[in-house]
Amino acid sequence: MKPARRQRLMLIALMVLGAGLATAFALKSFNDNLMYFFSTTDVVEGKAPRDALFRLGGMVIKGSVERPGDGLMVRFKLTDFSKDVTVEYTGILPDLFREGQGIVAHGRLNRQGVFIAEEVLAKHDENYMPPEVAGSLKNKSKTLAGQLP
Amino acid sequence: MFLIPDSVVRFFHRLASPPHFYAFTEQLMPWLAAAFLLVTLAGLYGGLYLAPPDYQQGDSYRIIYIHVPSAWMSLFIYVIMAIAGAIGLIWRIKLAEIVAISSAPVGAGFTFIALVTGSLWGKPMWGTWWVWDARLTSELILLFLYLGVIGLYGAIEDKRVASKAVAILALVGVVNIPIIHYSVEWWNTLHQGPTVTKMDKPSIHVTMLVPLLLMALSFKLYYLIAMLQRARTELLRRERNSQWVRTMVVENEQ
Repeated sequence: MKPARRQRLMLIALMVLGAGLATAFALKSFNDNLMYFFSTTDVVEGKAPRDALFRLGGMVIKGSVERPGDGLMVRFKLTDFSKDVTVEYTGILPDLFREGQGIVAHGRLNRQGVFIAEEVLAKHDENYMPPEVAGSLKNKSKTLAGQLP
Repeated sequence: MFLIPDSVVRFFHRLASPPHFYAFTEQLMPWLAAAFLLVTLAGLYGGLYLAPPDYQQGDSYRIIYIHVPSAWMSLFIYVIMAIAGAIGLIWRIKLAEIVAISSAPVGAGFTFIALVTGSLWGKPMWGTWWVWDARLTSELILLFLYLGVIGLYGAIEDKRVASKAVAILALVGVVNIPIIHYSVEWWNTLHQGPTVTKMDKPSIHVTMLVPLLLMALSFKLYYLIAMLQRARTELLRRERNSQWVRTMVVENEQ
């Protein structure tokens, strides 16, 4: 390679490296702001803001969804598989809201530590399969569970 | 360069000469078009008709056959654009500059399609058109980078100078590419994690995966066709005073 070209190549490599490093440091320092939601553990440990709106993400615990009144009020428990938070929401839930699925709720904590959601979004997971496959997977896990003592 | 066979090096050297590039792409075009039609029809038939509905989303998931390949292309084309731009900067090869700028509108189009289809899917599935999470925001920045490249190129009269400026902008913007790809792993996002492009086994059933890969190939072929057509036009515009263009025009008129 001719010296002039080699020099240009080095300059470009340095420029890309520099821009990359600068961005990496910037992202690292803003890491918390880039999180779209708090986990249930954050809330239980008191890392989530009190008396302010924030987003809470987690998985809806199977069998925890209940409708206490006649209206649109729903109550369910969210988990990140270590800590749980109870959520109350009044309104229409998105199509993908299911027990055992991830959701992101926007709202605030009340004094009892219950999360009062103003908006509930479903978080889709990355799995795609035909209904028959999902059905047979479910049956398999059921028979496996049945075999366990 | 000692790792690449001589014939390949010679092929690229010849391709970098404008008249040869122009003639070669003209011959290539019908083959590309035929392959594109074939793969697209197969992919659409497989994706919209043969593939089974999803266990959660029913038929709504079929938007992945447009959304996911577009999103992949938006990243892929950007990388091609930046590499071509760097080659143009270092070796001052005119054709690399042309490939870089010809890629930008195609990439911007795919980015726009990815954003719009994602939004249309997001409303019924997530419950919202748009959220400012890391994945969606970084993809929007990618669209602005593409538009910046197109705008900057148009704003500078001397196209060789414009190509240099555009290449530098594209190269600095490359930092956004890993951010987009890993955004769903580094931060909590509403957008789901990767289904296919990960080290693990794809989390999609094979009957749904095959049409998706066909559509990805189809979009790549489309990019090649659209980019080469743009490159040919741009080449003629830049070389309008050169001998080979004059000879070609005279020959065509006779």
